[in-house]
Formats: sequence, C-alpha cells, structure tokens
Amino acid sequence: MSQHTISPEITFAPDHSGGTKAIWRTFIILSVLTVIELIIGLAIYNIHKGEHPNATLVLGFKGMVCILTLAKAYYIVSVFMHLGSEVRNFIMTIIVPLALFIWFIIAFLWDGESWKNLRNTNGGSREYKPATEQQHVVPAKTEGKKD
Amino acid sequence: MSTTAIPAGTKWWNGGRSPFNSSYGKVMMWYFLMSDAFTFGAFLISYGTIRFSVNDWADPNHVFNSFPFAGHANLPLAFVSLMTFILIFSSVTMVLAVHEGHKMNRKAVEKYMIMTIIGGLAFLGCQAWEWTHLLTGEHVTLMHDGTLATLATTVKSNPWGVAVPHDQVLAALQKTPHDQLINIVNSLGHGGAAHHDAAAMSHDQLISTIQAADLHVNTVGRPAFGSYFFGITGFHGFHVFSGVIINIVMYIKTRLGHFDQRGHYEMIEKAGLYWHFVDLVWVFVFLCFYLI
Repeated sequence: MSQHTISPEITFAPDHSGGTKAIWRTFIILSVLTVIELIIGLAIYNIHKGEHPNATLVLGFKGMVCILTLAKAYYIVSVFMHLGSEVRNFIMTIIVPLALFIWFIIAFLWDGESWKNLRNTNGGSREYKPATEQQHVVPAKTEGKKD
Repeated sequence: MSTTAIPAGTKWWNGGRSPFNSSYGKVMMWYFLMSDAFTFGAFLISYGTIRFSVNDWADPNHVFNSFPFAGHANLPLAFVSLMTFILIFSSVTMVLAVHEGHKMNRKAVEKYMIMTIIGGLAFLGCQAWEWTHLLTGEHVTLMHDGTLATLATTVKSNPWGVAVPHDQVLAALQKTPHDQLINIVNSLGHGGAAHHDAAAMSHDQLISTIQAADLHVNTVGRPAFGSYFFGITGFHGFHVFSGVIINIVMYIKTRLGHFDQRGHYEMIEKAGLYWHFVDLVWVFVFLCFYLI
C-alpha cells in the first residue's frame, strides 16, 4: 500500500492498484452513449420537421434517450465516483433514498397531465377557453424592447 | 468490486471502526450530494410538470440551434454536445487526478487538476456565450394584441410559441406601430450583410423591407420556458463555478505539498466527488432541456 492510512476507523484500504484502463473504457462508453443520444435527438428533430410527426415514434425515441441517460448516470456514479467499490451498506444508504424519485416523477408528471386536461376541458367550475386566450399576456411595449 | 476480502465475522457496528469503511468527510460529501440531487431533481420534475400541463412548448431544436462564429447556420444540438463532451472529459481528468493521488504522485495530480480546471472554465465560457446569445438574440413575435414585436429569450419573455402562417404575419404587419417596425428591420440587419438605416425609412418602406425578408414568426410562448431554462442551467452553472473554485483550492494545496504532509490525497477524492456530481447533473439537464 503506497498510501498511509486515512483514519484508524477504516478497516481495509480499497484496492487502488489497478491502472487507468477502467477509466478510459468508461470514457469511451460515455462518449458512445452520448453520440447515440445525439443521433436519436437529430432523428426526433427530423421527425418533427415532417408533415405528420408520428407521436408514438417520437415518444419511443424519447424513452430510449431517457434509458441511455440512466446508463450514463450509472457509469459516472459507479466508476468515476467509485461508489461501486464502496461497502454494500453504504451504497444502499445512497441508492435507496433516491428511489423516491420513481414516485416523484410518476406523481408530478401525472399531475401535469391532469392539469393539461383541466385546461382543455370544462374541468371543475372553470369554463373552457381556447389555448391562445389562456396564455399570460406580455405587453408588447414593455417586453419587446431592450434599453 | 474490491478485491480485498473482508475478514469473516467483522463486527461492523461495535464501534471503533467506520461501518461504511470510509472516512467521515467522504461519507458526508456523499450525503450532501444526495441532498443536492434532490434539489436538482425537484427543479427538473417541477419543469416536467409545467411542460406536461401546457399545450405548446418551445422546440429545443429551434431555440438552441446556433454555434459561435457560425452566423445563422441551423445547427441543432451541436453546441450543447460540445459542452457535454467538455464536461465528460474534465470528469475523466478529475478521476485521473484522484487515481494519481492514490499513488501519491504529486506532479501528475497537479497536471490533471490543471486540466480539470481548464475544462470547467471552458464549460462556463460556453454557457456564458449561450446565455448571451439567447438573452440578446431578438426574434420577431406575434404578440397577443395582434401586432408584431421583437422579443429575446429571457426569464420573462419567450418568442418560441406556435409558428404563425404567412398571411397572418402580413395582417399583423399592418397593425404594428412604427417604432416596432423599426425594431424589426433592425433585427433583420443583425449579423447580415444588409444594414438598413431603419430610423430614416418611411412606414411603407419599413413594411416592404419586412415583407421581402423571409420571416419565421412565432406567437408568444410560455414565460415559464425561460424561467426554468435560466433557473436550472444557472443553478447548475453555479455548481460548476464553485467546483472550479474548489478545484483551484485543491490545486494550490497540492502544490504546497499539504497532502504529502498529511500522507494521503483524500481531499482530491472528495473534490472529485463534487466535480463528478456536477457532470452527473449536466447529463440530466442535457436530457431534459435539449434532447426531449
């Protein structure tokens, strides 16, 4: 061990004898995933440019980018931040609270969807108005100019 | 992943040793980052809620399609990919600095810290350019009162609503007041070869100049777009900024030999955790604002 003990409370020193191969491999994985994301992003752009964008296809592509992003997050946290080589109990104290996000995302996006539904119908006690009339009005004179 | 075997029957929770086999500082850095992840997560989810709740939202490929020195070329995703690669690469140099720290290799740590700092500054420079471009780039917009005006993308104004058909643009042009026509003609000259002396032109000349230009006009978009974009990328940019400051402090401490005296480079590791977290957040900001 080329390094002095950081603290007497640490039972065993993590193994740092490996080379930089894992780092460069992760860098290549992250770059490739990013390039795939960009290709999908440009595909979405081209679908939107077309006459009749296929909503299901766009949604599928967007889902794929989300999965690729989670894969990138896994590699950054596990290899670059070395969480993968920590003690299992410690990993769990980080990962388990973050699982709350699963519910947050479902709940709040669902709420947004419901809100949109109310906006476009006679939801509750409010009368429906076309989308253009609901927008926040920005007066031309004050917002249109720079000083 | 660790190859060191944990002795069988180790009493992790009986005191005298860290149950997580880690120093206090590192454990607390992780918990800080976890709480920071919740802050960013809350911002991004709130953005998602608003975006789901409205009928129209700015298309990122139209808003973020420019590149420095490329003029008006339509290059969606290009600049932001550059920013992403800068940040990923600075993450790599950071992890290499941590790696050299484990080997007590002071010169190499210094080298990689310098590279990481440069990467961070390059990212901040890119963000400054992007913000300036959005905040100062004026776009002709159909206002709610039926006139045309020039709007920039700010926290309060958003020129990226729904595309307006050409005949409606011509109708709106007739209702647009003289001073706004001057603004519009000035915005046409921006970056182009033809510089018009708009203030000296007559009302009809202004209108015919605008008609001759191939204008892409949108309605006024949701102000929430700019608020969320500048709010979240600003909060992330502030993290990058503080990360650069932390890395500079770490570089100076490395140079002064503090870590050699201490016998370990754990501070580099902790600063590295923060820096990787900044990269991690950018991965999600990139997803939420630019890709989908």
